[in-house]
Amino acid sequence: MRLLKDALARRAMGLVAALPALLVLLIVAGLFLKSKAILAVEPLSKLLFSSAWHPLKGEFGLLPFITGTVWVTVTALVLAVPVSILAAIYLSEYAPRWVREGAKPVVDLLAGLPSVVYGVWGVILVVPFVGNVLAPLAGVHSSGYSILAGGIVLAIMTFPTIIHVTLEVFASVPQALRDASLSLGATRWETTRHVVLRKGAQGILAASVLGFSRAFGETMAVLMVVGNVPAVPRSLFDAGYPLPALIANNYGEMMSVPSYDAALMTAALVLTLIVLFFNVLARRILVRVERRVR
Amino acid sequence: MNGQTPISIRNLSVFYGDLQVLKDVSLDIPANRITVIIGPSGCGKTTLLKSLNRLLDDTEGVRIRGQVVLDGEDIYAPRTEVTRIRKKMGLLSQRPQVLPMSIYENVAYGPRIHGLRARRDLDRRVEHYLQVAGLWDEVKDRLREPASVLSVGQQQRLCLARGLAVEPEIILGDEPTSALDPQSSQNVERRLAELKRDYTVVVVTHILRQARRVADYLAFLYLGELVEHGPAADVFAAPRDPRTRAYLTGEIS
Amino acid sequence: MNGPADLRLGRRKRADLFFRVLAAASAALVLLSLLLILGTILWKSIPALSFSMLTKTPQGGFYLGKEGGILNAIAGSLYLAVGATALAFLLSLPLALYLNLYKGKGSKTAAWTRFFLDVLWGVPSIVYGAFGFIIMLALGLRASLLAGILTVALLEFPILCRAIDEVMRLVPRELKEASDSLGATRFETAFKVFVRQTAPGILTGVLLAFGRGIGDAASVLFTAGFTDRVPTSLADPAATLPLAIFFQLGTPFPEVQQRAYASAAVLTLIILLISLAGRAMSRKATRHVVK
Ligand SMILES: Nc1ncnc2c1ncn2[C@@H]1O[C@H](COP(=O)(O)OP(=O)(O)OP(=O)(O)O)[C@@H](O)[C@H]1O
Ligand SMILES: [Mg+2]
Repeated sequence: MRLLKDALARRAMGLVAALPALLVLLIVAGLFLKSKAILAVEPLSKLLFSSAWHPLKGEFGLLPFITGTVWVTVTALVLAVPVSILAAIYLSEYAPRWVREGAKPVVDLLAGLPSVVYGVWGVILVVPFVGNVLAPLAGVHSSGYSILAGGIVLAIMTFPTIIHVTLEVFASVPQALRDASLSLGATRWETTRHVVLRKGAQGILAASVLGFSRAFGETMAVLMVVGNVPAVPRSLFDAGYPLPALIANNYGEMMSVPSYDAALMTAALVLTLIVLFFNVLARRILVRVERRVR
Repeated sequence: MNGQTPISIRNLSVFYGDLQVLKDVSLDIPANRITVIIGPSGCGKTTLLKSLNRLLDDTEGVRIRGQVVLDGEDIYAPRTEVTRIRKKMGLLSQRPQVLPMSIYENVAYGPRIHGLRARRDLDRRVEHYLQVAGLWDEVKDRLREPASVLSVGQQQRLCLARGLAVEPEIILGDEPTSALDPQSSQNVERRLAELKRDYTVVVVTHILRQARRVADYLAFLYLGELVEHGPAADVFAAPRDPRTRAYLTGEIS
Repeated sequence: MNGPADLRLGRRKRADLFFRVLAAASAALVLLSLLLILGTILWKSIPALSFSMLTKTPQGGFYLGKEGGILNAIAGSLYLAVGATALAFLLSLPLALYLNLYKGKGSKTAAWTRFFLDVLWGVPSIVYGAFGFIIMLALGLRASLLAGILTVALLEFPILCRAIDEVMRLVPRELKEASDSLGATRFETAFKVFVRQTAPGILTGVLLAFGRGIGDAASVLFTAGFTDRVPTSLADPAATLPLAIFFQLGTPFPEVQQRAYASAAVLTLIILLISLAGRAMSRKATRHVVK
């Protein structure tokens, strides 16, 4: 009886083990099947590289949305990567232990805040800040609902991901290696720059790529502050319309126009593939780093 | 130069939190000699060595009492410049720690941060100290390769060259041969023996035979206490303290 | 003593100080942004925060600024997150046990499974939303509590699974072997030893997943529907806090937007509580686990 239970449990668990792979497959296949309706009639290149978005006329150029996502994400990373890496340097190389320990809950909490909360905060503070302070400074007019506002909010959301991974990378650099550099008379910064950063370069790259893939798919927070105008943005102060926002705003209501539905699914598919590509890339780098450390 | 004491340790106590790891240690280290510190595992040998070039500074929860006087200057005095202290000592650690850069860059790293920029001076210095460390012939054709491709024994000699290249007065070695095969160990030991003409050498080891081979001056550390020290020949021949005798005969380890 | 070496040393020390300050400022900026977010949300919510907000459902004209509260969304979110977390847990625990008990350290299957979990972990929640919608149609469901639970469970699954996996990997090998050698079957080992040993860590993971589930908006946007009533069955549509915030903020009326701030404060407080509970748990976890 006991043995039977054991055998059964083993079977069941074997099935569950296949679940993750199956789910990935299902998601990609599901999105693909649903986008077939439009992929069959429109060439992919036209969907991806045309900026004509007129659903009622049957034109579904995704270019404005793809560029919107790329702009917002790149802005976010340009802001987040240096700050996160420097913050990680401080926490790992300079800060006393109590600061390092105290910073952990802060980073965790920042990671745990829901995206709508970030969105609300963005609407209250970041949008007016961009519209009333930064835009006049730059000599342009902007409502504040802009790529820049999205980038700022998204940057803060990306901090925890990059900081977390970078801290782990720094922790894997042996103390003896730092000592070796210090005992040659190098300062802390020289040691950090020439030894810690160099040793951790790949891991930091992975952290940034991971941050990129997180930021690329973020939906609600960005949607709430970015303006959502379906045109290719020309400056940071222009509104943009990222892919996830497009899906969130329109999907589910568009069942009446089948090709619209399929176009949105294509958008979701493109989004998924890009995010997965960068995500897998980051994991690969990290696995390599980990193996080298051992 | 004989008779000088470049390092003088006076009533040094080190605590990790509540744990006292060094208890009121006083020791004068003779110039141009190899001073060997022996003692069982965990007795504070590494701690003593690290306290000489202030590597303990950044360890969490460390308290240090007492003085370490280097060339007449208390290294723990508030105004003492720590990078200058460290530049005066080259450290060889238990396992070789090559920096993540090329063989050449490893040796050039120290001189460069201390301001040596001219290409030819750097080249000359790198070659010279690789020669001194007995590594030049093995690596002269592949200076640009990452240092991590070297064997462990070669890496330890590279670390020696790197430490010497900042032109220190003192060489500190923390069990510098413990990760090496017998052949490489001998090689490093031989280098140290040659180096004592120009440098003061302090080496930690727990290998008694190695201590017998290289030591001019011997210090025995037991549970954080400096039990006995003196010219190596004297201590080996006639240890005064029963604990030293027990350790030398292998009764405690 | 004023040679070039000293000048150079001065410059090097200034560079060190400069980067130390820059790095510290960056760390402070991160901390500050959290404080700023929490502060802004709480501050802005004060005028609209009231007890009746938590205990009433929206009345007629609520979205025009009239009477009512967000009980519908609070209840909906709790139902949804509890259901989804339970479902995700039912899938995650066996999988984590499988990875740690039935598969050795160097197992290829385990490595691939973990890889796919990481991939799933990276899938954006809007994609889960779209996928959940496809599944919903395929199963013939309407937007409902059930469909929302299914979707959010998918979202939580990789998070929870990886969290449990992490704590189980820390269990020493000897413990497993000790139990095995007493003649226990794997199944018994699994439940008697592993689960008990890692219980606090597992709970922390559950709280983490619960927090993710309750805060996510994009995945329930198409799947859970929205209603002003507290759902009474799995087939009812269910309002959720994140969506309530989103919709309230989208109205042109300042009073309603105020309520969005207040609702955001409620959600933030829930997340804070969960995170505090998680901290307390993980502190306990490190105390009880045999090292
Ligand atoms: N960072 C630290 N924090 C707390 N205790 C420490 C720390 N480093 C060393 N110790 C303790 O101080 C004591 C002396 O350590 P030390 O490394 O100096 O010994 P050792 O003589 O070098 O030993 P070994 O021969 O094993 O290298 C040990 O009991 C050790 O546990
Ligand atoms: Mg030691």
